[in-house]
Amino acid sequence: MMKKTGKIILFLFAMQASIMLNAQDMNVLVQKVKAKLDLVDDYVADGKMKTDVAFIKAPIGKIKIFFKKPNLFKIKRDNGISILPKGGVSVNMSSVIAMKDYVALSAGETIVDGTKTRIVKLLPMNENSEIILTTMYIDETNLLIRKAITTTKENGTYEMQLYYGAYANYGLPDKVIFTFNTKDYKMPKGITLEFEDGDKPTEADKLRGRKGKVEITYSSYIINKGIDIAVFK
Amino acid sequence: MMQQVIEVTGLTKEFKNITAVNDLSFSVQEGDVYGFLGQNGAGKSTTIRMLLTLITPTKGNIELFGMPLHSYRREILQQVGAVIEKPDVYKYLSAYENLKLFARLSGVKVTEQKLMQQLDMVGLAARAKDKVQTYSQGMKQRLGIAIALVHDPKLIILDEPTNGLDPQGIADIRNLILHLSREMKKTIVVSSHLLSEIEQVATKVLIIDQGKKIIEGESAELFDPAQTIVELTTVDNVFSLRQLEESRWQQNLQPKRGDVLLLKLDRKLIPQLHRDLVNMNIEVLSLQPRHSLEDYFLQVTSGNQHVDAFTN
Amino acid sequence: MWTLLQIELYKIFRRPRTYIAFVAITALITIVQLGLKVDGKEYAAFVMADLSNTLQIDGKIINGYFVCYVLLQLLLVHVPLLIALIAADMISGEANMGTLRLLITKPISRTQFILAKFFAATIYTILLLIWLAILALFLSMWIFGTDDMFLLKNNYAVQIENADIFWRYGGAFCFAALAMTAVAALGFFLSQFAENSIGPIVATMSIIVFFTILSTMSIPIFNTIKPYLFTTHMVAWKEFFDVKVNAGNETIRGTIQRPDRIINSTLILLAHIVFFVGASLYVFKKKDVLS
Repeated sequence: MMKKTGKIILFLFAMQASIMLNAQDMNVLVQKVKAKLDLVDDYVADGKMKTDVAFIKAPIGKIKIFFKKPNLFKIKRDNGISILPKGGVSVNMSSVIAMKDYVALSAGETIVDGTKTRIVKLLPMNENSEIILTTMYIDETNLLIRKAITTTKENGTYEMQLYYGAYANYGLPDKVIFTFNTKDYKMPKGITLEFEDGDKPTEADKLRGRKGKVEITYSSYIINKGIDIAVFK
Repeated sequence: MMQQVIEVTGLTKEFKNITAVNDLSFSVQEGDVYGFLGQNGAGKSTTIRMLLTLITPTKGNIELFGMPLHSYRREILQQVGAVIEKPDVYKYLSAYENLKLFARLSGVKVTEQKLMQQLDMVGLAARAKDKVQTYSQGMKQRLGIAIALVHDPKLIILDEPTNGLDPQGIADIRNLILHLSREMKKTIVVSSHLLSEIEQVATKVLIIDQGKKIIEGESAELFDPAQTIVELTTVDNVFSLRQLEESRWQQNLQPKRGDVLLLKLDRKLIPQLHRDLVNMNIEVLSLQPRHSLEDYFLQVTSGNQHVDAFTN
Repeated sequence: MWTLLQIELYKIFRRPRTYIAFVAITALITIVQLGLKVDGKEYAAFVMADLSNTLQIDGKIINGYFVCYVLLQLLLVHVPLLIALIAADMISGEANMGTLRLLITKPISRTQFILAKFFAATIYTILLLIWLAILALFLSMWIFGTDDMFLLKNNYAVQIENADIFWRYGGAFCFAALAMTAVAALGFFLSQFAENSIGPIVATMSIIVFFTILSTMSIPIFNTIKPYLFTTHMVAWKEFFDVKVNAGNETIRGTIQRPDRIINSTLILLAHIVFFVGASLYVFKKKDVLS
């Protein structure tokens, strides 16, 4: 009886140690990625943004993206209306990694767009944190986040897929696809004043399912040249 | 040679259950003042509206200036000016503006001077720029006449021109008609239900009743005070008629109207007729002379009889 | 014919009643603009409430182009009633005034007379729409500025780029002019049958209201007749404000989602105009003028 209990205790201890070791390893990895991203104090990027939501027809728009460490982020459309998921698009991993008090756990490995990545789950310790869970797919070789899935309290779950090119050394992507959930759209006729029977979205749109996408393609970055904080107001 | 200005043959107009004009024929010569006489509802206005293409005839032909009306409507109407019943114009415009508008419609290029002259002729120059809604009935009538005359037409048609006018207004219209006829040599057709109006201006008269012609003739003859129609009622009309037919009064006999014998004669001969009737043993119940056309007109038109008494 | 047309236009614009429509449109538009200027943000929030649950829409939603669209949606239902005031009075008004008999005795053909009157009514309609465009579009652009249009349809939303909007309004106003001309033609036709204006005006308004109700109610039994009602086609101006998308769901600048609908509605409205004017000519040429 005592032998059995001992074995169980040993097993639990070993598990705990393993978890702690794992967490320590993942923390190190995350810190390495963070350090790379910390090389960028600020940037101004030119790009194009395409909002792809099943029930919205929208044009591609020219945008400017502003970032200032640690987590100031702003998308400004040159002119026109921008459509973003609620809560804004924090298409910026620094803001995720800027989170303090978290536990980072490995959840294995997988291939993302032909690149081997480590799956790291970030669990915030703070119960009041807006983020419930973030799953990052980290390219360990290049210390780049290829994909991130974040679940939030207020704004549901969204996914970011990042593609790198000329600015990979700074951890800055060439393209980001931000995927999020959308609700069914139906407007009362009293608001639209469209009393005739409306068209349905096309078949292709229906096949897309209910997720919406924001795709940002960066054409250039101006890095670490300083940005006035007023820009983010 | 006098041109035939209006030639109407077999004119008929039927509205649903009513025959407003029934096989009417008449002609108007150049220079005539043609009086169109009949009670209200006799068919005068309907006939005039057909002359002016406001109404399409059911049957019959109309020629004006020797041209068929419906084939040469535009050419004909350029020569015609009309005032139809109570003349209505655009009340929110002034007399000047109305006159100018209708002048343009008539195809006439007019100057301000010409328009003011027209208004002066009808006594409206002083109020030329006032809106018509401030005008009296008489002033509107005069404006209607000015509009009818602005393009200097050869034929003027006046339908009940004195309706609603005071005695001075009526006199003004009468004088205008006489002026247009005598000085300006216009051909005029004027309709009225008032014999007295027609009597004073017309050179020829057509009496119409229930859409049919009753009498047509020269005014001089129709309104000759010396001529009279004597209505004779006797105990035995058959005997009386036979006696008169064999007497010198034969050429004075007119077609009977019911039980009444009619003779047309100079009123000076009435005493002689009296004596001859006694001598012929004709028992007279009543001998009634009609001293003017008016009595006859009233009786004939209300009695619905066709009488060719005044036509030769 | 040109002289006749000038005279008809002169008569229309000398009449005080003509300006009621211009005043009414001015009042309606300026009130809506004032309201949106004061409470535009609240209105935008109200309209976007459903979308705001999942999306954040930034930008100047309440801009001149959007305001003009709102105004057109509201007014193009009511402008027909103002058109009827003039068009349905064209013949019956003359009969009522007693001037019809005087006009017909002039050396002008009845065909030219009717056509001149109809063209005058059409010109009035077009001028009314130009005034509408000046106030609803240009004045709104001046007050609210311009930006992309974000429009909510029943089943989807459309964002049209700023630079891609103005020509669409050109098309929409031209189409609206055609639609209103069809209304004028109806009123003009009904005007033949009365000697006072009230009857044809009320009849025109009643037909428009009745047909509009049939056109907008989603009841299967009405669906068979909807395609034939001119009121169904009067709203096709909205088709100018829908854009095609490519396979990537990006809007294609300069396109219209359903141009066939615009063409189809144009043809049907033209057919209505031709029918009503043709019928007016036929009736008037045979008409006995008894007024």
